[in-house]
Formats: sequence, structure tokens, C-alpha cells
Amino acid sequence: MPTNALDVSDLTVAYKEKPVLWDIDLTVPPAVLLAVIGPNGAGKTTLIKSILGLIPTVAGSVRIYGRPYKEQRKQVAYVPQRGTVDWDFPTSVLDVVTMGLYGTLGWLKRPGKKEKKLAMEALEMVAMQDYAHRQISQLSGGQQQRVFLARALVQQAEIYFMDEPFQGVDAMTEKAILRLLKDLRSAGKTVIVVHHDLQTVPEYFDWVTLLNTRLVANGPMEEVFTEANLEKAYGGRFMQLKATARALP
Amino acid sequence: MIELFNNLFFDHTLRTVALGAGALGIVSGALGSFAVLRRQSLLGDAISHAALPGIALAFLLTGNKSALVLLSGAAIAGAIATWLVTNIAGLTRVKYDSALGIILSVFFGFGLVLLTYIQKQPNANQAGLEKYLFGQAAAIVEKDVLIMAGLGLVALFLLFLFWKEFKLLSFDRDFGTTMGYPMALIDFVLTTLLVLAIVIGLQTVGVVLMSAMLIAPAVAARQWTDNLAIMVLLAAFFGALAGVSGTVASSTISRMPAGPAIVVAVSFLVVLSILFAPRRGVIWQRGRDYLLRQRFRALGGKKDV
Repeated sequence: MPTNALDVSDLTVAYKEKPVLWDIDLTVPPAVLLAVIGPNGAGKTTLIKSILGLIPTVAGSVRIYGRPYKEQRKQVAYVPQRGTVDWDFPTSVLDVVTMGLYGTLGWLKRPGKKEKKLAMEALEMVAMQDYAHRQISQLSGGQQQRVFLARALVQQAEIYFMDEPFQGVDAMTEKAILRLLKDLRSAGKTVIVVHHDLQTVPEYFDWVTLLNTRLVANGPMEEVFTEANLEKAYGGRFMQLKATARALP
Repeated sequence: MIELFNNLFFDHTLRTVALGAGALGIVSGALGSFAVLRRQSLLGDAISHAALPGIALAFLLTGNKSALVLLSGAAIAGAIATWLVTNIAGLTRVKYDSALGIILSVFFGFGLVLLTYIQKQPNANQAGLEKYLFGQAAAIVEKDVLIMAGLGLVALFLLFLFWKEFKLLSFDRDFGTTMGYPMALIDFVLTTLLVLAIVIGLQTVGVVLMSAMLIAPAVAARQWTDNLAIMVLLAAFFGALAGVSGTVASSTISRMPAGPAIVVAVSFLVVLSILFAPRRGVIWQRGRDYLLRQRFRALGGKKDV
């Protein structure tokens, strides 16, 4: 049996008395492009943050390619939501991308020529090389997103966790980002994406995790992205969505 | 003017005070930059006010008035205050800014009570602690400057050593965690350096005005550059410039205390920077907006209303 890219078992997260994630068991095979979907407050962001050890968990264990997450950090890249950092921070695009290499650099060592070159290559992959020396506050939302992607690409990881990478980007950028994610999958990487646009799920992804505090379903697109499962995850809201969709011309 | 420079170089007292104020400006400017970028400007204010009871208790416990003893007390009190602010904000429903306000006023009030108590003691040794309120630069002697410079060099060396880690912490803490860096530890080290920078300034500027020396040089420096390293260097330069020029001003105007003069000098730099800096300055931005409007008007025709 081939090793799973991600094994999560019994993951539970609670704020105060309210569980945000309840007893999540999740397995993801390698080389899939996975959408984590679910209604607002379903715990999508919490799921990837708790997998990455960014928020305390009540219970649960995480294995990446068969070994505990803590031993596998170098195999993991993370693209946080764009709004989580201060884009007026006094630094350049190239500098932000270079931060992706701090993990391999280790303590005290400074990035040098080699790191700059790797960062430039990552910027070329997202077509941002012309912006390398721009101050980051001069970027549009889509450009900021591509800089964050480049910072993850430079990590040369096996598994990528991305929190809403399509949030607030224009249609052109969305296509370019999607192209990049599919390239990663073709290269055998596993890409886990928090996504909220149900319409584009079947077109963009080949694996789906449906979440609503509990795990509703997890598996290949055709098996999981069904009306019954969506109704289970979204409840009445999904029926409303459908009704609205039917009412549209 | 020439006489002033002569005094600066040859007047022993003035030179000592100016050197001390300059060293303080460098350290507080450099570390204040990180406090400002991390939106922790007011944490510096809370720490410096919280230093007062530390100073008073250190005196009460040891009966010793030497700078090293009192400043150690200040550092410990500052550290306790920081720990309390973080935990009040983290463990209760009290918001971070309220926690800062509570700790600042409670510690400062307690410090004033202790100070009053000390002053009522029938002990000739008690005089002089109140200078930590607004600072008393004139009382600074060579030994104090050496302590300040020594602590400052340690702080600057650590800042240089952990530059990459501090930048990561300030820009994207979570991302640093995913790469395996112990961000809580890095935060602790940086905050400790901030406490150190505050302690260095207490004799000169005092607990009430010290936060200005952290915030103002950094705010001014941010106006002129988009590069973190240049910002930190510039803030250090502005801090030193304000320190020296404030000291000189207080020496030429009779009965003008140095601490407030230094703070006025650094505020002047802030006003200049906010108004006149290219790109981020108010005047530059207003001018650009005006020119753009003119151009659009030329292209788009007359405005009706």
C-alpha cells in the first residue's frame, strides 16, 4: 500500500466550551488537488492551522507521508490567507519570497546569492519576476497572492496547504494560479486548498473534503461531490442556494 | 554656534550627558522600530511606566541607590508587566489595549505610592529617586554612560545576530512556526531587548516620556524608506540626533531639563518626516493627488458641481 500524503486521526479543536473540529479522521493520497469545503464557521481554516500546529488541539495526531508532522516540516509548505500579514511592512517582494528558505537556512545564517536565485526562480513561476524589488505595499491583491505562492514554491515541499488562494483575485490571476496548482499536482505534489466557491470545485479539483465541524465526506470528486453530501454539510443553506440558482435566468 | 561645538567636545559634563543620550537614542530607535512594526508601540509605554515600582522596590529592599541595582529592579518590573499584559489579554476576555492600560496605570500608581512613602522616610539617603519620573540627564556620570553603552551594545549585537528571525517574527509569525522556528522564544528575546532599551533610557528621559524614544524615531524613519535595515539604521540615527541635540539645547537654555528637550527634539523629527518625506509624506501625497486630479480634469472635462 503506498504511503498517504496526509493522515489525520481523532483531531479535535475547541475554543472555550465549543468544539470547532470534532474527531476528524482524514486520509489523503499523494498527488491530488484537494478542496476543503464547507459552510462559514465549518472549521476549514482551523483544520489546516491545527494540522500545521498553529493552534492548540485537544486531541489528534497528524502524519505527513507516514511520519509525524514535526519530523516532516521540510516537506510542508504553507500559504496563509493574504490578510494575515501587514502589507505595509518595509520589505521587498524578493525578500518575502526568500523567507520561504529560512527553514532550510536554519538559525543565524543569512540568505545569500543562492537563496536570491532560488527566490527569483519561484517569482518567475508566478510571473512576478519584474516586481522582485518592489515594495510589497505597491502590489494588488492578486499580486500579493502570487508572492505568497512563490514563497511556498521556494520551499520545494511535497505537500502544500493553502488558505483561500483564490480570495479576491481577478479572473486572469485565478486561471494562472489554477494552472500552477495543476502543475504541482502533475509533478506529484499534494495540494490542499481551502476553497469557498462551490461552483468551481468540480472543474478545479479532483479530491474533496467536506467539513462542518465534523468530517462529512472525504474522497475523489465524483464520489464525494454529490447533492446528498452537500446537503449534509450545508444543510438548509444548500437548498436555498439551489433554489436561487434555479431562479436565475 | 562654534562655542556650542567647543562645549560638546571639551565640556566634560556636557559631553558625558550627550554621549549617554546619543547611546540611548541609538538603542531605543533600533529596537523601537520592531515595536512599531509589530504594533506594540504602547507595550513600550506600559513597560516603562511599570518600571517605576521596580525602581522603588529595588531601593526599599537593598537600600542601595546605584543605577545598576535600581535599573535591575526596573527591568524585572518591566518583564512582569509584559508577562501580565500578555496573559490578561490571552486568558481573559479583556482586550489587549485594555490590558495595557490597566497594567500601565496600576504599576505606575503603585510606583508613585512607593515613591511618596520613600520620600517620607527620615533617611538622608532617600533623595533622588524622583529623578526617574522625568529623567535627570545632568546627573549622569561616566559610569552610567558605560553601563548604558554596555547594555546597548549587547542589545544591538543580539539584534544583529537574530535579524532574520526577528524579521520573520514581525512579518509572519505563523509562517515561521510552520518552518519549525520556536516563535514564542524569539518573541521573548525581542521583548527582552525592548525592556533593555527602555531601562537604558530611564535615567535620562524617565519613565513617563521613555516610550516617545521608542516610537518617535521609528515612526519618523518609516516615512523615508521601504527597507527594514535602512529604517532601523535611520531610526537609530534619529534617536541619537534627538538625544544629542536635546542635551545641547538643555545646556544652553537655563533650567531646561534634558529629558523633555530630547523628546521635543524627536517629536520635531516626526513632524518633519510626516509632512515632508517623499512618497509617504502628507505634502507629497496631497501634491500628487492634486496633480492627478488636474490631469483627469484636463482629460475628462469640466466638473459641474
